[in-house]
Amino acid sequence: MTFFSFALRNLRRHPARSLLSTLGIIIGVFAIASLGVMGNSINLLAAGLIADVGDTVVITPHTALGDVGIVGDPRTVVAATIPETDVERIRRAAGGYLTVPVVEGAAELTAGNEGGYALVIGLDYADIPPLLELSEGNYLRPGSRSCLVGVYLAREYDLRSGSRIGIDGETAPVAGVLEERGFAFDINPDYAVVVTKERFFEMFPEKAGYNYVVIRVTDPEAIEGVKASVENLMNRRDDIVDIVDSREILRQVNEIYATMGRFLLGIGAISLVIAGVSILNVMIISVTERIREIGVMRSIGALRREIMLLFLYEALILGLAGSLIGGAFSFIGGYFISVAALQVFTAGTTFGEGATVFDSLSIAYILFAMGFGVTTSMAAGLYPAWQASRMTPIEALRG
Amino acid sequence: MNEQEIIIRFTDVSKIYPLPAGDVVALDHVSLDIRAGEFLAIMGPSGSGKSTLLNLIGCLDTPTSGELYIKGKEIGSLSDDELTRLRRDHIGFIFQQFNLIPLLNVLENVEFPHLLKERRGGCTDACMEILRAVGLEDELLTHTPAELSGGQQQRVAIARALVNDPEILLADEPTGNLDTKTGTGIMELLATMNRRGKTIIMVTHDPRIAEYARRRIQIVDGRIV
Repeated sequence: MTFFSFALRNLRRHPARSLLSTLGIIIGVFAIASLGVMGNSINLLAAGLIADVGDTVVITPHTALGDVGIVGDPRTVVAATIPETDVERIRRAAGGYLTVPVVEGAAELTAGNEGGYALVIGLDYADIPPLLELSEGNYLRPGSRSCLVGVYLAREYDLRSGSRIGIDGETAPVAGVLEERGFAFDINPDYAVVVTKERFFEMFPEKAGYNYVVIRVTDPEAIEGVKASVENLMNRRDDIVDIVDSREILRQVNEIYATMGRFLLGIGAISLVIAGVSILNVMIISVTERIREIGVMRSIGALRREIMLLFLYEALILGLAGSLIGGAFSFIGGYFISVAALQVFTAGTTFGEGATVFDSLSIAYILFAMGFGVTTSMAAGLYPAWQASRMTPIEALRG
Repeated sequence: MNEQEIIIRFTDVSKIYPLPAGDVVALDHVSLDIRAGEFLAIMGPSGSGKSTLLNLIGCLDTPTSGELYIKGKEIGSLSDDELTRLRRDHIGFIFQQFNLIPLLNVLENVEFPHLLKERRGGCTDACMEILRAVGLEDELLTHTPAELSGGQQQRVAIARALVNDPEILLADEPTGNLDTKTGTGIMELLATMNRRGKTIIMVTHDPRIAEYARRRIQIVDGRIV
């Protein structure tokens, strides 16, 4: 019989009480671990979605986010464009890096008996191969009246190269189907039709200028320089364009995810602290009930630190049991929560398919939560244990 | 054991409890020698200071003034840990309320001080011999205190007090919660232990119980009379 088994028996003496405080730790550990795992899974997914964008500078007309109406007001977005002359100035400022002006519009699409609205993207035929990858078919040739379709559009209307679709009533052959690209900061062709810009201006004669300009800066070191020279050239007097680069956006997105992750962890930590308070409560009751017993043990030769150890063991057992069970639940629960979160975030795409739910960081979160659970329990047990050991034997014997 | 050796010496010991309503003098300049192998009964009315005297001998408390030597050590100068080790290794306690640990069975209760001293469990041959000596049947050993009668519980308590082979046994009204017949059995047991060389100091207000002691002192208002 050791102090440890003695502590274990004391806990068994009040099974309901011990169970409830263990339950508190289980919930706390589960909350902190599964929320951590979920945050991590979302982060991983976001990194997977965004990683292949590369180092891109996107230049949009300033008004698109500015003076007229609210941010995202469709009128401002539709109204604002970058004229051809500005595109040429941007191209010069870009200093030899690939500069791609992009036009976008919405058109009614028909395929067989089905139809709907889709995004139409107009690009110079030569700019398409460096920007977008094909999963089947061919790129557009100069002067081509064909189109390329995004992967989701192709899937929805059952299109492949050689199919024919109607765009605003005019028939166009499908030259190829594009690879899935994901959430990009520049061009999002997954649910769009891509045509040459000449063809685009035929379809949208009222359109003057471009929606945005993309600069592919292959050397990451050069990004700041390119941004600065575009800024100097375009925005000297008034803000004519907004300039963002993908890394900056990536950083902002990561920051949002990190903040979200901290928030989730915070919620978990609060529940653990509450669990700690319940252990504190249980331990204080336990000490109060056993004052006389403590007095007996002290008078027959138990040292102060041995009494302290006895109560710390009790807190440790509660914390350990709660953390182990909570950790086990976190593996299961964190998995399901992550899968559910992935489904919500990637609804309708294929990105969730390859996403890993458990990487080493997720396991680290679970271990951290378990460690935190044990620590919280021990911290909660410290005061009652100290209180128990501090009593003089005579005080304690009187009860 | 040398009958002449003084195992406990009070030199002008006072114990004062400071209370909001005024200090309470529990022991008033007491001097007392107790020799090894004695069987001493401390008698006196309630509140006379006899329990305070016993607590001081038991190293559960320290004097306010004066000097108290137990086995040659002045206990006022000892730390809490040193006092605890002195209790553990040299003093056995027998309480009126028995004070067994309810969670532990008979054997474990008896082993407990041994565990505290030796840092390992297990009832040694000496421990089994003690259990037989106090008259506990083997089938009782796995019972918890709540399943025992008062007399049986006090026998377990005596076994527990003896397990570390202390020189001094302290008994605070050992028969106070027992009927006369059972009490007589317990007193016979204590007398036997005294014959085997234990120094026994017993607090009682019952003259018939005090008959078992070979020396009796009276305490009134904190003074030996």
